[in-house]
Amino acid sequence: MEKYWQWLCSFLFAEPGLEHKLKERYRTPKAVFEAKEKELLEAFPSNRVSLSRLCSMRKTWDFEKEEDRLARLEIRFVSIEHPSYPSGLREITDAPCGLFFRGRLPSEQLPSIAIVGARNCSIYGRNVSRWFAAELASSGVQVISGLARGIDGSSHRGALEAGGKTFGILGGGVDVCYPEENRDIYMEMEKRGGLISESPLGVRPMPHLFPLRNRILSGLSDAVLVVEAREKSGSLITADFALEQGKEVYAVPGPLGEPLSAGCHNLIRQGAGLAVSPERLLEDLMILPGINMKKMKKNKITLERSENLVYSCLRLQAQNLGEVCERTGLSPKEALSILAKLQLKGYAREVSKNCYVAARTDLAGKDT
Amino acid sequence: MFSKVLSAGIGGVDAYPVRVEADVSDGLPQFLMVGYLASEVKEAGDRVRTALRNAGYPLPAKRITVNLAPAGVRKAGSRFDLAVAAAVLASMQKLPSENLKGLMIAGELSLSGQVLGIPGVLALVEAARAAGVRRCIVPAGNASEGALIREVEVIGVSDLQELIELVRHPESGKRARVDADRLLKGNTSYQEEDFSQVSGQQAVRRAAEIAAAGMHNFLMIGPPGAGKTMIARRIPGILPALSLEEALQITKIYSVAGLLPEREALLTKRPFRAPHHTATAEALAGGGRLPLPGEISLSSGGILFLDELPEFRRAVLEILRQPLEEHQICISRTAGTYVFPADFMLVAAMNPCACGFYPDRKRCRCAQRDVFRYLGRLSQPLLDRIDICIEVPALSYGELQKTEQSESSDEIRRRVEKARQLQKERSKGRAACCNARLKAEDAEKLCMLGTREKELIRQAFDRLSLSARSYHRLLRTARTIADLGQEERVKEEHILEALGYRPPDRNEWMREG
Repeated sequence: MEKYWQWLCSFLFAEPGLEHKLKERYRTPKAVFEAKEKELLEAFPSNRVSLSRLCSMRKTWDFEKEEDRLARLEIRFVSIEHPSYPSGLREITDAPCGLFFRGRLPSEQLPSIAIVGARNCSIYGRNVSRWFAAELASSGVQVISGLARGIDGSSHRGALEAGGKTFGILGGGVDVCYPEENRDIYMEMEKRGGLISESPLGVRPMPHLFPLRNRILSGLSDAVLVVEAREKSGSLITADFALEQGKEVYAVPGPLGEPLSAGCHNLIRQGAGLAVSPERLLEDLMILPGINMKKMKKNKITLERSENLVYSCLRLQAQNLGEVCERTGLSPKEALSILAKLQLKGYAREVSKNCYVAARTDLAGKDT
Repeated sequence: MFSKVLSAGIGGVDAYPVRVEADVSDGLPQFLMVGYLASEVKEAGDRVRTALRNAGYPLPAKRITVNLAPAGVRKAGSRFDLAVAAAVLASMQKLPSENLKGLMIAGELSLSGQVLGIPGVLALVEAARAAGVRRCIVPAGNASEGALIREVEVIGVSDLQELIELVRHPESGKRARVDADRLLKGNTSYQEEDFSQVSGQQAVRRAAEIAAAGMHNFLMIGPPGAGKTMIARRIPGILPALSLEEALQITKIYSVAGLLPEREALLTKRPFRAPHHTATAEALAGGGRLPLPGEISLSSGGILFLDELPEFRRAVLEILRQPLEEHQICISRTAGTYVFPADFMLVAAMNPCACGFYPDRKRCRCAQRDVFRYLGRLSQPLLDRIDICIEVPALSYGELQKTEQSESSDEIRRRVEKARQLQKERSKGRAACCNARLKAEDAEKLCMLGTREKELIRQAFDRLSLSARSYHRLLRTARTIADLGQEERVKEEHILEALGYRPPDRNEWMREG
């Protein structure tokens, strides 16, 4: 039966309603495959275009060849009826009839949290998402995101750096890496997580596919964390799906009046959870294993006094050299040396010329 | 009758002797000029004929042939007029031709017989010295410039009559004199552009001081209006005062390019060249059929300031690569290969992104990839050649209004000169005069790193993925920082500070941000 599902899913994508209507009428994809074209078109007159494409393609469809093609690309397919199809996803309305994936699907036994946000995010946003992703992943949470630029990319990156599992839900086909600049994490995620899409192979990521993939993103997660979102942002669509699907929604606050955080603030005002630190988030979701707490405490390495002085004024937002000097009272040359040392020790990162952020997050979270 | 006199042509920044021969013989009346001449040299014939007539020496109705030897080298410029006139007069027997021996003559003639100034007199007198000529006759306006070479007697003439008098009575010539040392001490102040006018920006001032102390290439990144250009213009004022040797070299280049101000003998300030970002490759590197020095040669000994660095055409910027390593530029043309000096300190300024305000996200709406793309207009090999890079942040109103006086250029220059003194003492026996010019193996040797320092560098190497070139740049910068602190060995703190001035690494920022 899977092969018939694969055929169906290879032609009907981005039309979640139609799949279900077909399923209702014909019960099995095999029946759809064997149904007469005239009958199909008459039954669903509003979907004439896709259905006639479906019919014309089934004549030349070669099941064996298609299976080979998937195997060659190391891509697998599960239909909604397959036992390994994620059960959480099956329950949502308009669940995709099939998923193509590379790597693995998220494990049902482990908690999953989606981290989403603006593509054109700030340095603060990138750091926050990276920090949350790293801490969540090292506590055994599967981090799910959309492999887009900005927040998505840095969430995956953070999770990978922490040695955790992370899954990317793509808008286009799983074999299409978009955007190209995330090629490195795309390749790493194949081994350390998975890349998942409902779109068939080779589909270019088109704008209308992204809102649709968001329902899978939230469907696969236990909670959704929005890091930075403008007032009208695609990330809010994910949050809406999550609410519809009965998932928890958390939002990271930003400075008041910051347009990049306006969407998050709106979410919080409407009752979303306030995400202040990964530990609190895990606590709220009751998925904080005790062992990992110990590991986090151990991370606190002692620094020299002068280093601590500089480190303590670093934030998740970028600070330039002048600001560091002003806060610490150090001369530029002293501050510069200490910042270089912190960088070498892995406590600070230079994100733009002479602009620094805190890299270790156990201290940066001290405000909470 | 045949006669000859010596003159000189210019190739690159150096002059070479040219023999001007004239012959007056029977035949159809004609004035013929030969010897692989550019059109402005051929036109000399008409100028000389008219000028001679107006000075009272009409040419006889005979065949006059003038040859410029060596005939295989192309000659350009208007500097041969005076020598042609002298040679023709001698072959007309109006001048004693034995008096033309041991004389080098150059100058342009106007139709009235006046002698006009020419470029490259300093190079010309140098060539005279090398050729063993004792006396040069040059235009009066260029005489003091030529007099910088003390071994040669330089005499200025302002019209043809004076030249004739001088050749007839060699003892009547009055040698031009110039006191180079006094000139050098006199006019060196940069008062209009002093570092005390720059408020705040402590970090940038420090970085500029280090750059000046080691002649390191310097890049400033910051939003518009932060004061990058203002600071760049003040850097010549904190470089060490010019030595006579350097001043002569700079004057020679400017003189050849025809940029030496009228009646000025010696350039006493370090050059500061700021070509606009629409500059062409030839404007920067030097060019033309007989190449003239470009901006990089004109800034030799001083500063080449490239404002809005990413706005320069990429092909133009890549030209800088070789001169930045070799401190000279080789220009090949069909007429020959010319080597121009290019021993400049590169000072560049740029915005962090197209709008200029990144990483201030309140004002910058550039997409992240556009920010990286903007930085990507500079090739990594070019960025690798920058020793010191610093952010120039926008000033707050409070900092602008600070009343306390900032340090003046004089104070900074004193420290810079001290550091240079150390470098000079250390460099005995080596070609390099300052740290930025040290060879890779020398840089390693002179840093005298201890085990702790070596361990630190190893860490930096792993963590910051340095290239071999950037490793040596780091050592050179650290050496200069230690010199400014009057320290013999390079210590950890110096290396760490130098690390803070690393040029931007696009890949690193992409990964880290």
